[in-house]
Amino acid sequence: MHTLFHKVWDAHAVRILPSGQTQLFVGLHLVHEVTSPQAFDMLRQQGWRVAFPERTFATVDHIVPTKVQTRPFLDVMAEEMMVALERNCREYGISLWSLGEGREHQGIVHVIGPELGLTQPGMTIACGDSHTSTHGALGAIAFGIGTSQVRDVLASQCLALDPLKVRRIDVNGTLAPGVFAKDVILTIIRRLGVQGGVGFAYEYGGTTLDSMTIDERMTICNMSIEGGARVGYVNPDETTFRFLRGRTFAPSGAAFDRAAAWWRQIASDADARYDDRVTIDSSSIEPTVTWGINPGQSVGIGERIAASADEEALTFMGFERGAKVEGTRIDVAFIGSCTNGRLSDLEEAAKIVRGRRVASHVKALVVPGSQAVRTAAEAKGLHEIFSKAGFEWRGAGCSMCLAMNPDKLEGRQVCASSSNRNFKGRQGSPTGRTLLMSPAMVAAAAVSGEVVDVRHMLQEVPV
Amino acid sequence: MKSSTTAILSVSGRGLPLRGNDLDTDRIMPARFLRAVTFESLEKHLFEDDRAANPAHPFNDARYAGARVLVVNKNFGCGSSREHAPQGLARYGIRAIVGESYSEIFFGNSAVLGVPCFTADTAAIDALQARIERAPVTPITADVATGVVTAGDLRIQASLPAAVRDAFLSGQWNPTTMLLDRFDEVRRVADRLPYVSGF
Ligand code: SF4
Repeated sequence: MHTLFHKVWDAHAVRILPSGQTQLFVGLHLVHEVTSPQAFDMLRQQGWRVAFPERTFATVDHIVPTKVQTRPFLDVMAEEMMVALERNCREYGISLWSLGEGREHQGIVHVIGPELGLTQPGMTIACGDSHTSTHGALGAIAFGIGTSQVRDVLASQCLALDPLKVRRIDVNGTLAPGVFAKDVILTIIRRLGVQGGVGFAYEYGGTTLDSMTIDERMTICNMSIEGGARVGYVNPDETTFRFLRGRTFAPSGAAFDRAAAWWRQIASDADARYDDRVTIDSSSIEPTVTWGINPGQSVGIGERIAASADEEALTFMGFERGAKVEGTRIDVAFIGSCTNGRLSDLEEAAKIVRGRRVASHVKALVVPGSQAVRTAAEAKGLHEIFSKAGFEWRGAGCSMCLAMNPDKLEGRQVCASSSNRNFKGRQGSPTGRTLLMSPAMVAAAAVSGEVVDVRHMLQEVPV
Repeated sequence: MKSSTTAILSVSGRGLPLRGNDLDTDRIMPARFLRAVTFESLEKHLFEDDRAANPAHPFNDARYAGARVLVVNKNFGCGSSREHAPQGLARYGIRAIVGESYSEIFFGNSAVLGVPCFTADTAAIDALQARIERAPVTPITADVATGVVTAGDLRIQASLPAAVRDAFLSGQWNPTTMLLDRFDEVRRVADRLPYVSGF
């Protein structure tokens, strides 16, 4: 009668601290260049060691340029951050996938963890990044943390936390053609609110999730935090095991079967008790786009913006109440990020792009989530489809998901984006506007020059 | 920064009312200011884009200069986990936040910096914000034990979760040393986990 969350919590609880919080052991600590330098400095000041360097892995993603990656970077601050991470990892004995040599594993931290098989069911995972919830797609309990907590995990491999409540979200039904995991999670956030998940871990299940790939489940879990839930997860099943088998850091041979047996029993029991339950019918979900300045402000592509829509968001975005987002002219199209920068995302987008051209006024870029995604996509010829259509084909990184590298919006540009946040200023211009949607919808917008319903393009046969 | 053994019993000072729901950490501290290896000078960049767009932004308003208590609305600090946001606020001088609700990560990040985030209902927050807007010099006191926040003769009931409250009262709001206390127990838990000891 227990949930995976509670089983994992209990297996990792060290003790109750005098503060009343639980000291929780962290099975995997992922580190990147932005939220770690201050943590390492604090460690150094105190004279502390990294407690479990062999359970700590680092990569570079946020600040890396995706176009010209030669060192030193043109941006001296970015270079300084790279150098700091390289030095910290060397000094404390932590594996780092940087650029240059060994770059084949470099990529966005939430893409490479699962890709390498570092992320496994039943683990506790921490990373100084709010989208750490992504790793829950494999049945891990993964917490986004701040820099002081990064220091704590480095020093003690533990976090001081209060337990969460668990909300079971059943998504049932079959997604219509042209509707993707991104549309499902945008719909969930719209329905439960950007704050609805505060205090909860979201456990996603139901027939829609059961039939999803791990990539799709990652898209869903990734955006849990946009719904206020710090943790999101899917119970491990045969899909999970198939995904993990053969990955670099996954157990192999007979150990894999023993692992799978443990993973099976760590899943939520059939009669598990939840603090709350929500059911969503996925067969009625349309391709979904945001119109506002938080990820809960979205509409189905056929829908109109509600009369009750938030004034600040409407003014900033330049939409009217009762208007449709469909038909909105775009300036930039961005396919990438830890939400939708995996191989399957690029494949879905390429299906739309194949044989078409990016509209002449649109700047379009595809940024694979990792070097491995990039290599795999190139092996399938996707880079040629994108390049021929007029997309820029980039190196791996966070790119235009946030504004810490050269990829940024300018002025009031409108960006069709497969990323996860449409906050004011998120893509680098204080007045820039972001419309979140699935990679296929971004591809459709790129070639049409405006937001369109990708379902119409599935039927057309381009010449 | 204070040491983790300093009890925080109450916070007093002037207030800064910042209205609006869902103020995310990208707005509190735009990403470009995260391109640094320290937290130094972050206080200069708080709400930089919002302040540029709106000259009347409370963080531009000289009447609120030197404030120690920030008063906000719903879901403050949502989005990115960047500690740079509460670091900027703490370095600016904010010692307590009173609001309707917070994102969990922001709440926790603030707590370990010794900045309690009190919650109160909509009407109470509105009254507090209105009072400060009318009379910015009003001295405010937020009491950790009782959750009572006073602004002149205005008195509102706010609260902290019991464990967090107790941590501030006992001075144990920064858990690092506690986490390091019993490393043998940590090892034992690790060794019990099949993925650590080997399947
Ligand atoms: S892709 Fe975006 S959301 Fe994901 S880790 Fe990078 S910056 Fe964060």
